[in-house]
Amino acid sequence: MKRSFFIVAVILLSVTAANAQKLYTKNGLIGFFSSTKMEDIKADNNQVLCVLNTQTGELQFSLHNKGFHFAKALMEEHFNENYIESTKFPKSTFKGTVADISKIDLSKDGTYPVKVTGDLTMHGVTKSVTAAGNIAVKGGKTTVSSKFMVKLADYNIAIPGAVKNNIAESIEINVNCILDQKM
Amino acid sequence: MHLRKIFFIAAVFSILQYSAFAQDTTDIMKMLESDIEETTDYATATFKTTRLVNGHTVENVGKGVMDVKISHRFGKVNGGGYELFGLDNATMRMGFDYGITNYLMVGIGRSTYQKTYDAFFKVKLLRQSKGKRNMPLTLSYVPTIALKTLKFEDPARKNYFTSRLVFTHQLLIGRKFSEQTSLQLMPTYTHRNLVQLAAEPNDLIAIGIGGRQKLSKRISLNFEYYYQLPDYKLLNTTNSLSVGFDIETGGHVFQLHFTNSQGMSERTFITETVGDWGKGDVYFGFNISRVFTIGKNH
Repeated sequence: MKRSFFIVAVILLSVTAANAQKLYTKNGLIGFFSSTKMEDIKADNNQVLCVLNTQTGELQFSLHNKGFHFAKALMEEHFNENYIESTKFPKSTFKGTVADISKIDLSKDGTYPVKVTGDLTMHGVTKSVTAAGNIAVKGGKTTVSSKFMVKLADYNIAIPGAVKNNIAESIEINVNCILDQKM
Repeated sequence: MHLRKIFFIAAVFSILQYSAFAQDTTDIMKMLESDIEETTDYATATFKTTRLVNGHTVENVGKGVMDVKISHRFGKVNGGGYELFGLDNATMRMGFDYGITNYLMVGIGRSTYQKTYDAFFKVKLLRQSKGKRNMPLTLSYVPTIALKTLKFEDPARKNYFTSRLVFTHQLLIGRKFSEQTSLQLMPTYTHRNLVQLAAEPNDLIAIGIGGRQKLSKRISLNFEYYYQLPDYKLLNTTNSLSVGFDIETGGHVFQLHFTNSQGMSERTFITETVGDWGKGDVYFGFNISRVFTIGKNH
């Protein structure tokens, strides 16, 4: 009798454990940074959706372009109206995979360097992107972070001559998502 | 037997549990996205700047933003080659607008035309939006006070300071129909403390209509027309009609236009326009807007 209970308990636990493999958040942070001699431009979006499947390594991001906030109101308006065209292309997404996630033991605290490859879709253009980043585990909380460069011309985002010196050709994307929810 | 039963229950349990959670990453993302969909999406950039040609648009400057506006109206185009089609003469208005919040802005200005000072505030009462909250229009209220400091025409008469004041109240009802097209209506009430002739009313009513059509991302074609109600207008005045372009480059907006109004404050262009398009009484002019972020946006 005792043994059978034990078996049942193990089965139930293993099922639960196998299912607790999708981590997500609704308040991830993605920012970007453009630096030129004339001007630095910085914007943050802290309503990023991020889902990580800790078994398969699938990693997805989705955000509303209107959720990017700038220090200058007019920059925000121009970003939405002229550059990212938020009404036409409301969302930006990334669908990719963390390489060799099975080699990482996410039950242990630590910072694990990873490589992520996938499709980045913005401004109606989808491109394959590979970026280096970290998966950090601390006190049961998993954080994914990365920094990589994106060339605006690759996504058909044109910079007019008048502001060529104010906006960088390549901008830095910062990702920092604390996956505080489980499914 | 007993053991089997337990196994069976466990199996059923785990299947139930598994199916309840058997979603792949894309499904979870879709679920999260549909949760997020329920937000309010406000229409932004209904117009490129806070002025259409002479008058106000439903746009406000952002919180903490100072907008310096320098506007010129040259002389009448029908002045001919001798006047270089009006370019020999110019009146100008210098203005400073500031956003106290994203829905409340204040501004002051000084026009060389009749040496007029003006001050206003503009408050957004409704914002066009869709999604969680649906609102088809943006509604703003703009009261303006104008102070004409030109010497009194008849210094012998007893003149009061209040005679120099004109009050204008405008409602702006705007809608961004698409990324390219926006329209607005501007019912306007003006009160003059002093009028020239006894036959003229002190209270003047006009209804404005204006709009913009974008020609490219950074250039738009604008028009603005103020119809004065026949019983509530000054004698021998015409309705103000203006057409122009907005050209935007970074922090600047350049507005180039033709208008039959020489003045640039509400009092002058809505109620005192005398130019007649049919006779070529048209003024070429421009507004330059340059914004400076002084306070914090968020």
